[in-house]
This record gives sequence, structure tokens and C-alpha cells, in this order.
Amino acid sequence: MKPIRTLVDTAKPHFHKGGRFEKLHPAFDALETFLFVPGHTTHNGVHIRDAMDLKRAMFTVIVALTPTLLFGMWNVGYQHYQAYGMQVSFVDNFLFGAQRVLPIVIVSYAVGLGVEFIFAILRGHQVSEGYLVTGMLIPLILPVTIPLWMVGLAAIFCTVLGKEIFGGTGMNFMNPALLARAFLFFAFPAYMTGDVWVDLTPEPGHALVDAYSGATSLVAFDTNWTDMPSAWRQFWGFEAGSIGETSTFACLLGALLLIGTGVGSWKIIVACCLGALGMGLLMNVLAPADIANHAMHTPAYYHLLMGGFAFGAVYMATDPVSAAHTERGKWIYGILIGVFTVVLRVFNPAYPEGVMLAILLMNVFAPLIDHVVVEQHIKTRSKRA
Amino acid sequence: MNEEEQLMSEEEQLTTVREEATTATPSVVPVKKREALFSKKNVQTLRDPLDDTNPVTVQVLGICSALAVTVQMKPALIMALGVTFVVAFSNLIVSMLRRTIPTRIRIIVQLIIVAMLVTIVDQLLKAYMFDISKKLSVFVGLIITNCIVMGRLEAFALAQRPWPAFLDGIGNGLGYGLILLVVAFFRELFGAGTLFGFKVVPQWAYDMGYVNNGLMVLPPAALFVIGIYIWWQRSRNQKLINVS
Repeated sequence: MKPIRTLVDTAKPHFHKGGRFEKLHPAFDALETFLFVPGHTTHNGVHIRDAMDLKRAMFTVIVALTPTLLFGMWNVGYQHYQAYGMQVSFVDNFLFGAQRVLPIVIVSYAVGLGVEFIFAILRGHQVSEGYLVTGMLIPLILPVTIPLWMVGLAAIFCTVLGKEIFGGTGMNFMNPALLARAFLFFAFPAYMTGDVWVDLTPEPGHALVDAYSGATSLVAFDTNWTDMPSAWRQFWGFEAGSIGETSTFACLLGALLLIGTGVGSWKIIVACCLGALGMGLLMNVLAPADIANHAMHTPAYYHLLMGGFAFGAVYMATDPVSAAHTERGKWIYGILIGVFTVVLRVFNPAYPEGVMLAILLMNVFAPLIDHVVVEQHIKTRSKRA
Repeated sequence: MNEEEQLMSEEEQLTTVREEATTATPSVVPVKKREALFSKKNVQTLRDPLDDTNPVTVQVLGICSALAVTVQMKPALIMALGVTFVVAFSNLIVSMLRRTIPTRIRIIVQLIIVAMLVTIVDQLLKAYMFDISKKLSVFVGLIITNCIVMGRLEAFALAQRPWPAFLDGIGNGLGYGLILLVVAFFRELFGAGTLFGFKVVPQWAYDMGYVNNGLMVLPPAALFVIGIYIWWQRSRNQKLINVS
């Protein structure tokens, strides 16, 4: 620690007013506060300073994301070797996955943070921690075969048009990571849908197994829901899909941490599940009786396990900036996300992953929900008075 | 619109002077300054819509067609020329008729004039540029409802002499066309890798893994580009900071 501290301290004067690199002060400040606890003390008036600042909150989310990241790395390798009918050890699976996933993570962070630093320097404000989580979320919701330049482009798009244009972290009305995914989904559909979910780099001496199908459960589900992997497999996540979203179990681990530390709202997570379950049950009731494998017959709890629902509900919907802020609003917001997810999945095969669009839609409506809740509250209070 | 009010009041003064002149003794000849064809004011009328009072990015008019016809440069250019023609000549005609049009039915009169001009554009396109006409489809006819046309007639042509009104029409048409071309440039370049139908993105780029951006072909891309243009314009032009 000591050598780093002295290094930072010797560099410090150059970045202050009048120093040689005055313009780069935001970048320096970001690095310093990232390495060490900021030395700010309270002046004028009494404040309660909590250890839970923005950086700590963001870091909690990163920690909560690690189960999905690690599982995702393993699953990328597992899917790859399975497609070639090879039995390899746990470590080999993991190493193959890490080799594929880490470049995506690095590109996402490098490009996104680069944009943040440029904006901070141009505008003379401090670099905020907002991108720490976004940069991790972006790789986890992309297919492993995505070209790296597309990841970079999406990172630029979501940081500039999703966040900086509205004033930076905390001002965005949509979840930037989901915006990045939506951008890629509409810009390069061939790389975001279809046979892209499994890394099929040729293995010398092995051919693709006959039974190989690159379809995710969301695609199988639209034609014949009984073709999907079993609920148990989907719960653990041994299926093809975006890097980090396949395992509901890993998401649950993250959810426990988020709820335990109070970073994520349990109300939103529970409401999302309730909405999806309710809509799933309604679909079952309305399903055409003569087509037994119609998507509407899917058991309601499948919707919680399929695709990225768990990931979206735990990490995306709970984004404190773009979600509803009022307590009652959170219930409405979450339930509608669940409802729209199921509606999109069942009725629109062109957009297999309904969670993304449902959350983005409700992000847009969140301020309206808050407004209605507050107005309603004022009305009831004034009636009582 | 301060400037226009000022212009209007000047014109009213002129008319009153003229009326006085006709009623008063004929020996008093009204002193009327002849304005140069491209006086400073007229040049400003022509130039302002390109930036300070741009119909699309500042007045936010004509957005609908800006989304619809900007997938490629060529239709965008033709559309821009068509709108320029219609705005300029409807401004000119309405300005010439401004004393005879009864105020209560002026919208109908304006509509008839605009409709006539749009029909001319439509027929010309069908006769000489059929493929473009097909591409622009309904949007040529919809020039009638383009807010820029009616907006300029109501806000400018009805209160100005023909020449400034004509210049104003040209200016606004060009201001609209500028945005259309800028948007179409980015949409065609990134959406199809071409400009005016010529291949711009080289084949080796595709071989190396470059892919055309499908989002650029969809209408939202036009909104993104216009939004970024407005961002850039306002960060550059201090006059626009507190407009809205």
C-alpha cells in the first residue's frame, strides 16, 4: 500500500490547479478515490456520513455479479465442448470460457471508461463510478460470439446517448447496459439472434455432434415448449444463452447479496416474479386446448427460469436510477415488467427475449408511475384532512 | 419573432404612408427607400434558417418526413429540392396575394396554392424520376401538410413583400434540406455503406468483419442523428442556448 500512496502523493500536485496536468484532474481523482478512501471530511453543519457511498454501492453490485460471471465462463466452455461431444474437466471448461469472456469484459470496460473519462475532462467534473456496473453488465447479457468491435460500439452508444447526454450517472432514465443490448439487437440482428449462443471454434479431430442445436430455450419455446430443457437444467443454467444470464441459481445468489445489503430493492424483484407468474397463469387459462405444445401452455414457473428473466429482474430492473422511486410505485413497476415480459415472449416470436424490452419500456414509464403514486397519496391525505 | 414584428410594423408604416400619399395632395410624392436585392436584411432572411432558426432542429417542424425519406441520400436530396420549391413559390404567391386574401379564409387559400405546387412537383417526379417518386411515395403528397410550409406562410409571407418572402422560402427549404442531407448521409453511410448509391465502404472492411448497422435503416436512427445534430448545434451556437 505504502509505495502506491507515495506514488499518488508525488503525482498529486501536477494535477491540481496550476499544475502541469490540470486538465486531467478528473481522471486522476477517479483513480485516487478508486484506490484509497477519499479524505473528504464534513464541514459546516452536522452530517451523518455513512460508509455506503456510490462507489461502495456499485462495488456491491459487482460482487453480486461475480457468481453469474464465473458460472457464465464455465458454461461457455461447457456448451462449446458439449457441441463437439467432448468430455473435459471442470478446469478446462472454465479456462476455455474465461479465454472467450475476458476480452469482451475488457473491451467493454476500456471503451466505456474511456468515454466517461473524455466527458469528465471536457466538462470538468469528476469521473463517476456509474460505469463500473454497466461495464460488467454489458458482457453478461451478450452472446459469447459477439465481435469485439460491436461491444465497443455498444459501449460508446450507451455511455454517450444513454447517460452523458442526460448529464451523466444518476441522470439516465434508461438502464444503459440494456440500452447497449437493445442497440446491438436492432443494429446487428444477425449477431444477436439465431445460432450465436455457443462458441463453435473448430476443435481439431472433432465434428459437431448430430444432436447439436444452437437454439436457446426461448427459441425452442416459441415453436414447441416441450422441446425446452428441463426446468431443473434451466434453473442451474446448463443451457445455451447470453454469457451471464443462463443460471437462475447464480442470479439468486446475487439477489441474496443485493437484498441483504439493501442495494437492490426486494420489492421490485418479488414484484417482477409475481407479474410473470400471474401472467403465465393467465396464459395457461387462455391457451388453446387443441394445440398441446402451444407456447401459452408453458407452466408459469418456467417463465422465471427461462432466458434472462432472473438476470433482468435481479440486476437490471432494480437499477435505482431508472426504476420507480416510490414504494408503491416499485410494486407496479415490477409487476408490469413481469407481465410485459411474458406477453412479449409468448406473442412476439420476433423478439425472443422479452425482458430487455419490458424493462426498457417500464424505465420510460417509471417517472409517470411515481407521479401517479404521489398524486394519489396527496389526494387521499387531503381527503382525510 | 421580435424581428418579424418589427418588420411587420415597418410595413404597416409603409402602407399608411402610401395611403396618406393617395389621399393627400398628389404633389407630395412618397419617399420610399428602394432596398437592394441582397441587402443585409435579405441575406439574413436567407441565411438564418440554415442555422439560427433552422426549421427542423430549432423550430422542430417537418420531423415526420425527416424520419421517413432519409434512408438514402438521393431521395433526401430530391425531397429537399421539392420542399424548397414549394415553400419558396407558395411564399411568393401568398405574399403577392396577401392584400387580397380575406383573413378568415386565408388557410384555405394557402392550402390551394400549396396543393397546386405540390401537384406540380409530384407530376414532375412521376414524369422524369419515376423510381425516386416511387421511393418517396406518399411523402411528396404530404408536403402539403409539412408544417414548415404553412408555418412560413403564416409567420412570414402574409406580412412581407414578395422578394423577402421568396428568399425566406428558399432559406427554409435549404435549412430543411441541410438536415435531411446530414441525416441521410449518416444513415446511408452506416446503414448501407453507400452514398448516393455508390459503394463507399471498401470490400476489405467487410472482409475484416465490418457489418452494416441495421439500426441506421430504421426510423429511430434519424431521431438519434437529429438529436446529436441539435446537441452539436447548441453547444456551438450561443444564441440557441435559451431558446426553448
